[in-house]
Amino acid sequence: MQRTQSKARPPKRVETSLTKIQDRDFGYAQARHLLLRAGFGGTDEQIRTLAEWGPEAAVDHLLDYEDIPAATDARGAFDANIIRPRNAVEQREIKRAQQAGDENVLSKFRTMRQQAQRADRNQMRKIQRWWVTRMIQTPRPFEEKMTLFWHGHFATSFRNIEDSYHMYAQNRMLRANAIGNFVDLLRGIIRDPAMLKYLNNNQNRKSSPNENLAREIMELFSLGEGNYTERDIKDGAKALTGYTYHDDVFSFNQNAHDNNSKRILGSVGNLDGDGFVNAILLSPACAPFICTKLYKFFVADVPTDTRRLKGPQRTVIRNLSNMLQEQRYELKPVMRRLFLSRHFYDPSVMGNMIKSPVDLVVGSIRTLNSPPRNISVLTDAMDMMGQSVFLPPSVKGWDGGRSWINTSTLFIRQNTLVYMLTGKRPNLNHTDPTKYDPTRLVPSMNDPRLDGNPPPELIANELLDLVLGHRPEGAAKLLVDAAEKVDKPNTAKGITTMLMLITSMPEYQLS
Amino acid sequence: MNLHNNPDDTNAYTRRAFLQSSAMLASAALTVPAFIQSSAFALPSALPGLSSIAGVNQDNILVIVQLSGGNDGLNTVVPYRDDAYHRLRPSLALNLDNLHILSKNGLNGASDLAFNKALTGFRELYDEGQCAVIQGVGYPNPNRSHFTSMDIWHTADTNGTGDGWIGKYIDAQCCGYGKGQSGQPDGSHTLEPPIAIGRQAPLALSGRHMMPVSFESPDLFEWAGGKVSKEIIENHEQLTTLEEKSVDENSNNAFLMRTAMDARISSKTIRDAVGAKPLVKYPRSDISKQLSMIGSMIRAGMKTRVYYASLGSFDTHANQPGNHARLLGQLGDAMRAFQGDLAAQGNAERVTTMCFSEFGRRVGQNASNGTDHGTAAPMFLFGPKVQPGFHARHPSLTNLDNGDLKYGVDFRSVYAEILDKWMDAKSRDVLGGSYRHLRVLDV
Repeated sequence: MQRTQSKARPPKRVETSLTKIQDRDFGYAQARHLLLRAGFGGTDEQIRTLAEWGPEAAVDHLLDYEDIPAATDARGAFDANIIRPRNAVEQREIKRAQQAGDENVLSKFRTMRQQAQRADRNQMRKIQRWWVTRMIQTPRPFEEKMTLFWHGHFATSFRNIEDSYHMYAQNRMLRANAIGNFVDLLRGIIRDPAMLKYLNNNQNRKSSPNENLAREIMELFSLGEGNYTERDIKDGAKALTGYTYHDDVFSFNQNAHDNNSKRILGSVGNLDGDGFVNAILLSPACAPFICTKLYKFFVADVPTDTRRLKGPQRTVIRNLSNMLQEQRYELKPVMRRLFLSRHFYDPSVMGNMIKSPVDLVVGSIRTLNSPPRNISVLTDAMDMMGQSVFLPPSVKGWDGGRSWINTSTLFIRQNTLVYMLTGKRPNLNHTDPTKYDPTRLVPSMNDPRLDGNPPPELIANELLDLVLGHRPEGAAKLLVDAAEKVDKPNTAKGITTMLMLITSMPEYQLS
Repeated sequence: MNLHNNPDDTNAYTRRAFLQSSAMLASAALTVPAFIQSSAFALPSALPGLSSIAGVNQDNILVIVQLSGGNDGLNTVVPYRDDAYHRLRPSLALNLDNLHILSKNGLNGASDLAFNKALTGFRELYDEGQCAVIQGVGYPNPNRSHFTSMDIWHTADTNGTGDGWIGKYIDAQCCGYGKGQSGQPDGSHTLEPPIAIGRQAPLALSGRHMMPVSFESPDLFEWAGGKVSKEIIENHEQLTTLEEKSVDENSNNAFLMRTAMDARISSKTIRDAVGAKPLVKYPRSDISKQLSMIGSMIRAGMKTRVYYASLGSFDTHANQPGNHARLLGQLGDAMRAFQGDLAAQGNAERVTTMCFSEFGRRVGQNASNGTDHGTAAPMFLFGPKVQPGFHARHPSLTNLDNGDLKYGVDFRSVYAEILDKWMDAKSRDVLGGSYRHLRVLDV
């Protein structure tokens, strides 16, 4: 039965093998694809370099990012004390005022709190700009891409916790473990002040358990719905009692912890948070769940419910999960295997993923080498496109895929590119004056034999290769025509015009 | 009996009309791949809803007006005969000169309540039987954070997490929310996404499968490249609908091409709709501008069923009287003009407007001649199809919960009634529970 089926398939069946792509099959298009998915895309020069190196050196360069000197860390650039617990003196003063009904004193404290919250919202915006800038500038794009993946996976929102420094600290924790072992991420997240507050574990005490974190750890962070029972949640919550924080650091409140025996996913004993994590990792549902999430983020849009996977994707994810288990949850070997696999470069995979707002904004700047202009304008635009980092819509993170796109977000996407390329903001009579020279992007413009005057269609086609990854029939002609209307095809203005048009094509939203 | 689209109204037209009337049809027919054409042309052959009559569920429209910051309910709908009100608000309590005393309007009238003097617009609507006030609306364990409480109202979930309630409604209508969630939109849906006026779509409108449309001004709803170089617009239009024979119609590329086509059409529709002069004169204020844009879109016959507008700065911790009155004045005057516009269009019976805030304010005033975050507050519904007057009891000003009003009506019972009676949905599926109707809608 199986055999006849595979015989009947058309020759172009989807490659499900995780065996390594041949060097000869790894060219410009594959290197471009790798850089888009494992990073945020890159210039023509970067793509050519990776293509010349071949698949293994290219993937290693991206994944072994610890060998590349790190961007300087912003630690100290952000104020940890904007939001802080009230000290003993303040607490006494408030108590006295409450007893005496002294509305003036109480009002003073309320005003102080509101001022702190305002300052903290400003700091949150600053941290957002810092991260987006880091993604634009980093020589380690895969590090940021993985950190973004984990941010969407362990989704926590500033909106609910209202402490920007905790969000920043969580971001550092995710980055530090981005491509390490999944165990450390789970252990980190149950000690992370931002998450403990977001999912109310600071209220999880033996006397009054709160199940929120225990439930979401299994449902959204590790196993998926249907792979645990209500009993596992109850006992998981008990294991996490007393896991709280003081000011900016994790603290374990022994008095609030439940020391009774628990039974979680088949593991029995006086389990604490780490015991809960270990029980999760023993579940056969864990590796498939994580690999499905990774696949959805890096390869193709699939349902997160592993039982709904079909066909080739099911096979590939099963193979990846087996490997993750064999590797005892070490992430790097699995990602390496994926990025080197023939499946990853299958025509059905390449160019068929909808870019997230972060991919679009960061990727465009990295690919087009355009000036970042005003980062606030870009973070605002990303917000309007539906993705504001540090503010995911819910604990489920961003759904991604087609949900990013509707008629208004499509205009915002196109118009953000117009802003990047020309400095023109659609709603204002204001144009950012920073000059942009796109001539460097075009290989033939830099070929001394052509003397800065290559055939116009060649310029258009080279731009299409870089920006879209292929040359739709008739596109080059329309582009040259537009460039000639505005200026000449071989000038900065002419090339910018062509880029504005290419990035307005629906296909540009694909990666 | 009213036809809700005035056939004499030359501004009313649809996407199809647009396609037929514009030069685009000619060029589109030549270059647009067949599967995109079929999506764009697969529209009802008549003007949407022209064949149905006012009051028929399928064509009802809900407009939501959000008051952000926490509107002071007690100085909006004022219990002016209550001693406690004057005692707890020595400098903020409104006296008779600053109030609209309301006529006892049928069974739902209330002789001990008055509107803030600034709400002349509400008073007129009240007198016409187009204003319903639901008193003491809130939810259990009130949260006093703006963000969290707003999220609770938006999600209809007391944790404030999950999708927006309108988003869940749209999902239910388009993709079968709670019925196995049959998948993502493929661009061929007939249901229109909700429209919010503002920079960002509110959480309430966000669902799983369809993203809401939002724009501050219609200028943002078109390709900005045309403003940089007008002469290349034609090239842009041709490039965005370029025929690619190899495109699989189920691919993301095809989905994007369909959306791009829709975007071009709705951009023109919306800009033309909003560009038309309204039938009545609206006052000059931001909320009036938003409501006039919504009025124009309704008049143009757009099939959108939910619109969202918002007005901020209700967080009156200090120097409340002047600021609060100014905001209420803008709101009331805008609502009055909006209802007049809808009536002039012949669309009034199809539109109900709901007005809410994330919380009310504390009963006692603070030391800065203002009020701090509180709990329960009134909600308003407007339109000819509301059951006019006052609903539910005004919360007691003496039996308080730690200085705050106790809520008497869960806001979700108002949502439930709107969903069941106005939006032709099953509120249970959307809200995840059953809520008793208050009979605030007369349908």
